[in-house]
Amino acid sequence: MSTEQLLAVAPPRSARESGGPPGRGHLRRSDFRWAIAFVAPYAAVFLVFFVYPFGYALWMASNSSLYADLIADPFYLPTVVNTLLFVGLGVNIKMFLALLLSGFFLRRDWWIKPLLAIYVLPWLIAAAQVCISFHWMLQQQGLVNGLLSAWFDIDGPIWFNDRWLAVGANLVAYIWKWMPFWTVIFLAARMTIPRNIYDAAEIDGATATRRFVHVTFPILANLYLVCTLLSTLWTLGDFTTVFVVSGGGPAGFSDVLATLGFHYAFDTARPALGVAAVMSALPVLVPVVIVLMRRFQTSEVRL
Amino acid sequence: MLGLTLLIWSLLPIYNMLLIALDPEEGEIEFAGNIWPPEPSLSSFWDVVTQEARYLENFWQLFGNSLFIGSFTMVLTVLIGSLASFAVSRLWLSRGSLLTNVALLTYVIPASFLIVPYYLIMHAYGLYDNLWAVIAAQVTFATPFAILILQLYGRLIPLELDDAARIDGASPIQIYLGIYLPLMVPALAVVAIYALLLAWNDYLYQAVLLSLRNMTVSMTQGQLFADVDAEWNAMMAAGIIYVLPPIVLLFAFRRYVSASLTMVSAGT
Repeated sequence: MSTEQLLAVAPPRSARESGGPPGRGHLRRSDFRWAIAFVAPYAAVFLVFFVYPFGYALWMASNSSLYADLIADPFYLPTVVNTLLFVGLGVNIKMFLALLLSGFFLRRDWWIKPLLAIYVLPWLIAAAQVCISFHWMLQQQGLVNGLLSAWFDIDGPIWFNDRWLAVGANLVAYIWKWMPFWTVIFLAARMTIPRNIYDAAEIDGATATRRFVHVTFPILANLYLVCTLLSTLWTLGDFTTVFVVSGGGPAGFSDVLATLGFHYAFDTARPALGVAAVMSALPVLVPVVIVLMRRFQTSEVRL
Repeated sequence: MLGLTLLIWSLLPIYNMLLIALDPEEGEIEFAGNIWPPEPSLSSFWDVVTQEARYLENFWQLFGNSLFIGSFTMVLTVLIGSLASFAVSRLWLSRGSLLTNVALLTYVIPASFLIVPYYLIMHAYGLYDNLWAVIAAQVTFATPFAILILQLYGRLIPLELDDAARIDGASPIQIYLGIYLPLMVPALAVVAIYALLLAWNDYLYQAVLLSLRNMTVSMTQGQLFADVDAEWNAMMAAGIIYVLPPIVLLFAFRRYVSASLTMVSAGT
């Protein structure tokens, strides 16, 4: 090769020295300014509209006499129980059913696609509207009691006069609305699992159940955990479902922490107490978020 | 068999909404055992659309307010989220997870828990009864999830494209507009829909931060509980009209949504 050809192939050293490998964990000075400029909008939003209100809430809730008032209040402890039930049962039942149903939607029948479209509707419909529908379905003359008496000749109960029926109604409404979302997430994940793993398992004689337990579940385990944690956070904060469906049930006995806080702050004009009520969930929220953040770093699915 | 159960399970409350909306009498929610209403009538829908229903005399203004909040939440979340995500994944790689972690801190406190401070702060700043207050709140709670999705999706786009652009002399803003955004379109679509649904679904923030002068359709549903004599069929008809736009949008973008969901689920 001639000298000219060699120079054409290898770029002159000076050009490479001035740039250096861009962006490989090493920041050039001009890039630094751009990075700051690009992150600035979010940083501003985060500081002004999250850190400040959060700090303010912590300050409001820092008065320790509020917590004595909370324990003394007849509604607080039942509300905590309701919240634990709502979150514990709501998240786990929903997640488990979503995982099972994601397998159902993998089938290749012609009616699966339209069924999936209908199945996803609950997630798409605005929460307040559909919870109102639930609220009316469970009125004494509503759809549920009407169906019970027309088809089974049973006199349905007055759903919202009983605390546990009200809590159950909230639970069912919540699962109804959010199960489709998680089903779709699991479905998308299962679709990425290569078919030949299952074929190999079948050749080895694994039944459908064993294929699920020994192939599907281990692969989805991390995703399942992450979804459960995220759903715990979101369920804990869910206000609309309980507020609209049971409205707090018989005299406030099916409230959860979110609605109780609202009630203290806006109905009885004790905002500090309302903030303290919701802040009392922090001991649960913070560990969940920490575990969640760690889990998101975990390596990709290894197949 | 399971399919049939799922069909009935999914449709029952929606069917109930339709039953009530199609009923010609106001305030009638008694179920008489008919699967199909004996006198279905679209009069309640007509009342809503022509703004004759009580509480909904300015229905199109209410709808416009909801649309305003939803659109700006969508646009701002996509903009702010993509800028931040671009900065850390292309310009400052070593700090990528830090941004996601800090952003996820937003979810330590569910949105509904912060309503009281928001109310007090917005009053103090004179932003009470301002649509922008609601937009700010929604963007704050939508952006962390947006950043997460964009980070995960961004890993799939090779950095060599950026390098090539730099050698050609592109500035970061040109890389952002010319390379990053076009390639991230599926993830941006998911983020946009998520943000829109978040704002559209919201009841609490709109009800607390806005007053009668600036109402949205979401808030009128709450008035149903206050007034026993409200026209239930018209209210439900308004509710049905309200829930249609996100559904339409999602079906329009379903290919992007399913692609991105696959990527996120597989990457976790």
